Amino acid sequence: MKRAHILVFLAPAVIVYTVIMVLPLFATLQLSLFRDGGFVGLQNFRTLFGDTRWSASFWNALGNNLWFFIVHMLVQNPIGILLAALLSSPRLRGAAFYRTAIFVPTILSFVVVGFIWKLILSPIWGIAPGMLDAVGLKSLFSPWLGKEGSALTTLALISVWQFVGIPMMLIYAALLSIPDEVLEAAEMDGVTGWSQFWKIKLPLILPSIGIISILTFVGNFNAFDLIYVAQGALAGPNFSTDILGTFFYRTFFGFQLQLGDPNMGATIATVMFGIILAVVCVYLFAIQTRLRRYQF
Amino acid sequence: MFHRLTAAMLAATALTTPAMAQDVTLTIESWRNDDLPIWQEKIIPAFEAAHPGIKLNFAPSAPAEYNAVLNSKLEAGSAGDIITCRPFDASLQMFDKGQLADLTDLPGMANFSDVAKSGWSTDDGSKTFCVPMASVIHGFIYNKSAFDELGLTEPKTVDEFFATLDKIEEEGSYVPMAMGTADQWEAATMGYQNIGPNYWKGEEGRKALIAGTAKLTDPQFVAPLEQLAKWGPYLGDGYQAQTYPDSQNLFTLGRAAIFPAGSWEIGIFGPQIAGAFEMGAFPPPVPASGDKCYISDHTDIGIGLNAASKNADAARTFLDWVASPEFATLYANALPGFFPLSNAEVKLDDPLAQEFISWRGECESTIRSSYQILSRGTPNLENEMWNVSASVINGTVTPADGAKKLQDGLESWYKPGEATAPVAN
Amino acid sequence: MRRNRILAHAVLLTYTVIALFPVFLVVLNSFKNRRAIFADPLAFPDAKSFDLIGYQTVLKQGDFLLYFQNSMIVTVASLTCVLLFGAMAAFALSEYRFRGNMLTGLYLALGIMIPIRLGTVAILQGMVAAGLNNTLLALVLVYTAQGLPLAVFILSEFMRGVSDDLKSAGRIDGLSEYAIFFRLVLPLVRPAMATVGVFTMIPIWNDLWFPLVLASTEEVKTITLGTQVFLGQFVTNWNAVLAALSLAILPVLVLYLIFSRQLIRGITAGAVK
Repeated sequence: MKRAHILVFLAPAVIVYTVIMVLPLFATLQLSLFRDGGFVGLQNFRTLFGDTRWSASFWNALGNNLWFFIVHMLVQNPIGILLAALLSSPRLRGAAFYRTAIFVPTILSFVVVGFIWKLILSPIWGIAPGMLDAVGLKSLFSPWLGKEGSALTTLALISVWQFVGIPMMLIYAALLSIPDEVLEAAEMDGVTGWSQFWKIKLPLILPSIGIISILTFVGNFNAFDLIYVAQGALAGPNFSTDILGTFFYRTFFGFQLQLGDPNMGATIATVMFGIILAVVCVYLFAIQTRLRRYQF
Repeated sequence: MFHRLTAAMLAATALTTPAMAQDVTLTIESWRNDDLPIWQEKIIPAFEAAHPGIKLNFAPSAPAEYNAVLNSKLEAGSAGDIITCRPFDASLQMFDKGQLADLTDLPGMANFSDVAKSGWSTDDGSKTFCVPMASVIHGFIYNKSAFDELGLTEPKTVDEFFATLDKIEEEGSYVPMAMGTADQWEAATMGYQNIGPNYWKGEEGRKALIAGTAKLTDPQFVAPLEQLAKWGPYLGDGYQAQTYPDSQNLFTLGRAAIFPAGSWEIGIFGPQIAGAFEMGAFPPPVPASGDKCYISDHTDIGIGLNAASKNADAARTFLDWVASPEFATLYANALPGFFPLSNAEVKLDDPLAQEFISWRGECESTIRSSYQILSRGTPNLENEMWNVSASVINGTVTPADGAKKLQDGLESWYKPGEATAPVAN
Repeated sequence: MRRNRILAHAVLLTYTVIALFPVFLVVLNSFKNRRAIFADPLAFPDAKSFDLIGYQTVLKQGDFLLYFQNSMIVTVASLTCVLLFGAMAAFALSEYRFRGNMLTGLYLALGIMIPIRLGTVAILQGMVAAGLNNTLLALVLVYTAQGLPLAVFILSEFMRGVSDDLKSAGRIDGLSEYAIFFRLVLPLVRPAMATVGVFTMIPIWNDLWFPLVLASTEEVKTITLGTQVFLGQFVTNWNAVLAALSLAILPVLVLYLIFSRQLIRGITAGAVK
């Protein structure tokens, strides 16, 4: 066969991916159609959305997850863009150092990140209260991770701290790839500084911002580890930090005296998959096609 | 190639030393990663010396992941020979699925009472599937040096208890009580289940819940929540974000006076305090002077046999040894605060552990109210108790509302009198 | 202009401090004794408070050198597989027109959206059936499968940008398709490979779940699992905890510093446009 090489190129990836990832995933997702070993159609989905206990937990987790995502969009991505914009300013000394340093938290594991921040925010060890005290703001301290109103936002900010390096790097790359001629032309027209950023650069990097947003969305809706490490599988206080990932974990694998329920767990997983797939499709077909791609 | 070579070498060795070739290694699954050194240094050598030919490999994982990891391994057939058993339903479910072997006829089982075996028996008590290993007792550990310094004595009643807390608070050099609500289980286990039995009269109240003759909204079950609601002001600053290790550090550094405790703390606190101050312990204070006292003496750890084990004979030999008085003495003294469940007379060297176990004489023992049968459905009563106890201490839920939430959740699936098998998936 | 530059430095420096301070704090306190850690967490260790007891406890407990070696083997092997297989598939998808091209691409991209953790039980069953339970190979296979979707997705975007003239010239010279891929295309997309490499490497190195389920015995423990088990065991022993955290951070940090140049070059040589 003349085109056998196509097969050779594709085979290793497709085989490993199919055997190790796709088949096991479908073996799990199909559990959502069963209960006690028998096929029940969409009954589990009816339970998830119809039974008030299940649906209350589900909407609570979904709402928290949305807020988690919103904080990332409002804090992580703007900070990432700002840092990237500053880093890409011409002839900035020490850019390499800043870049390297700001990316450091991204390489740390959740175990380490969760633990470090729990220590810092701990009312007992007192780094946070101590430091606020030093600047006379002791009264501002509160056990943030332990309060229903502030725990989720605090965790979202910790996650932002960890991952801000990724949007920064990607935007930085996009900014550097804008051809000099475009910027020179802008300067000839007297468009410089911040107005140059808003009018020329920002429109040019919009596609990158789009990709970052969608990666953030997928990442946030798959998130689990940070909440699990910092707050445990019960996502306290009073489920105020429960997101879809922890809700799924608790249901599927069980927790403490609660026995695992693979069928309901798989149901939640299927819904999570549906949500992510829907949003990614909307992005791909409705938004990305409208963003103008500039070819240089 | 390599394998064939190894096999050949093994065969050669086998010819020269036939006894060595029959060594079997038993792998033990456990969530007690704290106990790793004790198994390695004390228990395993003692067993292997007495039973040549059987080797032990203690392979613990972290408590939080144990159930999930063990279930995955059992489903896939890769779990170890020996399984450390959580009490009640988690293990009963494994037995019903055929994952744990029936140990009813193990000779050593004769050393245990029915109560001790209840955590690992079928509902009717006819079959037992794990050897009871240890129970833990709840109470309050206190900083004796601080008590002496402030001229305080052990409180006997609830009123005395709060008076003591008030005095420590007023004096101001100690945080009255070291507990946080961040991890939630402290509030339920060392709070609600610790002080509760005095109100609901131990086994009597627990069995009434199962029989459906009492509700969690009845006064005797709301009263402990009402007491918990008053704890908040005596806990350290920012207790809402204080984790369990934070609480332990607060106490062992000598900054807090009282620690609502489980007896397992004895073995942890001793070495950390390292003689900086003296510890004492008192049982949960009773509501009124002269009341009979009840303690939570909870069957916590059992040990069973993976039904799929290829080394069942060796494993039974090991389990029989675990059921023996020799193991009971070894374990109880290696891990002060984990009390053997066997009928054998065991001498404890640790004075604080001796203090805890002496309460068995004056008070009636019971187990945690949510563990047997009542945490079989969804929502899970135990998990709900964590949530409600923490919220009540935080002041975000009133005791009455919290109790109602518990009872509503339980009623939604539990019909007393009907046999509800644990959900088999 | 000058004022702007000072402002830029001020902002970047502030953020650098925010990024590094927590890490610094942990490493700093890991060299102090227990009382000093609590009494003044911000102070540098001095003659009186300097203490290596934490490190002694950690190194006595677990074979961290072995854990580190396991992590290295797993990460490097998985990375190699992801990059090689991913690049090959990406090349096939971007270079040739064939029926099902689009569909294959979508199929491979699907994996970006679902966490592989969902399939744990089935994966474990498969590994046990294949006798790969408690081997590093099991981890390598899982991580390869997990890393491929993103790798194919990003690399095929890049390969579309490689000039056709070059490949046509190669074909006229009689190079085989394999030679075109390995000798002409791969060197050109090296920067993209670096990007994919970093994004693949981080989750592999830091993963806790699969080592726990698939390879938890002492001989195949990874450093992240080793740290987690240790943290669970010594959670109140802060000397040991801080030392273990430092030991978990430092190797990655060193590796990152070594490769950060390649990373930057890779990302900035035209990354995700």
